[in-house]
Amino acid sequence: MNIADELLKGSRLALSRAITAVENEYDDAVDIMGKLYAHTGRAHVIGITGPPGSGKSTLTDKLAKEYRKQGKTVGIIAIDPTSPFTGGAILGDRIRMNDLTLDEGVFIRSMGTRGSLGGLSRKTAEAIKIMDASNKDIILVETVGVGQSEVDIVKTADTILVVLVPGMGDDIQAIKAGILEIGDVFAINKADHDGVDRLHTELEMMLDLNQEKTEWRPPVKRVIANRGEGISELTAAIEEQVAQSRESGNFVKRRTQRTKTELLAMLDEQVGRYVRKQLSESGNLDELVASIESRTQNPYAVVNNIMTSVLGHN
Amino acid sequence: MEKRVRVLVAKPGLDGHDRGAKVVARALRDGGFEVIYTGLRQTPEQIAEAALQEDVNVIALSLLSGAHNHLFPRIAELVREKGMTDVLMIGGGVIPDSDIPSLKAAGISEVFTPGTSTTTIIDYINANVK
Repeated sequence: MNIADELLKGSRLALSRAITAVENEYDDAVDIMGKLYAHTGRAHVIGITGPPGSGKSTLTDKLAKEYRKQGKTVGIIAIDPTSPFTGGAILGDRIRMNDLTLDEGVFIRSMGTRGSLGGLSRKTAEAIKIMDASNKDIILVETVGVGQSEVDIVKTADTILVVLVPGMGDDIQAIKAGILEIGDVFAINKADHDGVDRLHTELEMMLDLNQEKTEWRPPVKRVIANRGEGISELTAAIEEQVAQSRESGNFVKRRTQRTKTELLAMLDEQVGRYVRKQLSESGNLDELVASIESRTQNPYAVVNNIMTSVLGHN
Repeated sequence: MEKRVRVLVAKPGLDGHDRGAKVVARALRDGGFEVIYTGLRQTPEQIAEAALQEDVNVIALSLLSGAHNHLFPRIAELVREKGMTDVLMIGGGVIPDSDIPSLKAAGISEVFTPGTSTTTIIDYINANVK
């Protein structure tokens, strides 16, 4: 099957195979992405993050349904952690989105973090582009925001939605600061639980402190995802954020920054692979490591030497 | 090695007994696979579509309610119709030995009945996945 051509004609199987090709780094992946790239840039990408148990998958399901009511098509990428010991994963987000499986306007793909730090955000970015090329209006990327990789993933979104729940520890300082600082819209899920007022107040106070830094004041919306309450108000807040972002020029600025970051990351990876390949082909990696460990050489000089010999750099 | 074996663990029909499926799902994860578990009461159409979207290498069907002779072949048929020709299909649950040959004829490569060790299942997948 010519994956890129079939995808552009609307084949769901081709869409699925394309994502697999980039995830597994098949030989045809670069070719596929090259053909699809011109068809990307249209979709609105929303990153959804928050602590485990905050109801992100349920909320993602409800958001997708709301967008479907508006006549939009939706792609969903749900990311779950891979075990660093076994390399396996339970990708369990899809279970919350069963109603959407047979909706032809929705495509859901589960991805494991697979333990490679930079690699995950690049592969997610490519999966997003693939869904974009298949004409999805909205792409929801759902990930647990507990690691730097996950922060990197959501940073590439047009809108970052942070999901919190009451009662998860005494105050917001307990939650990873990086995520809170990049949120464009906040959703307090399970808003019928105790502690919701306190959490809401603490969030608003934190946002007050950040106020001078940005023109957009992130709204805090209360939702009860499993009852479908507050969802349309949330999508309205997201629409407002996008509108303001476009008006202020921020939308384009963020995307340009994203393109730049991705280019540099791709370059880093290719250069790194090339150097490692030369190094392993030279056969003296183990020797170098031994000489560094025994303090006969220092790693800084070793790296310099490798750079000079492999890249002609000085 | 970037490739991971992706397995869909699915419970078709009106069977509410999911302990076995969950035990298998966890074991497969520990065996290094990516496991997508879609929960209870899935229709054959939902299972086949989820398998397509997730581009799985294996579909593992769990059924304890006796409807396997109808549901398993139906799912195999839908999977073929969607153009997924390389998927390994296996089944487990309460399935009489006498039903196994016809299930195999319908496209289920192997059936693992109660008492099978999870290691056997993992080894089988590793040996037979395409």
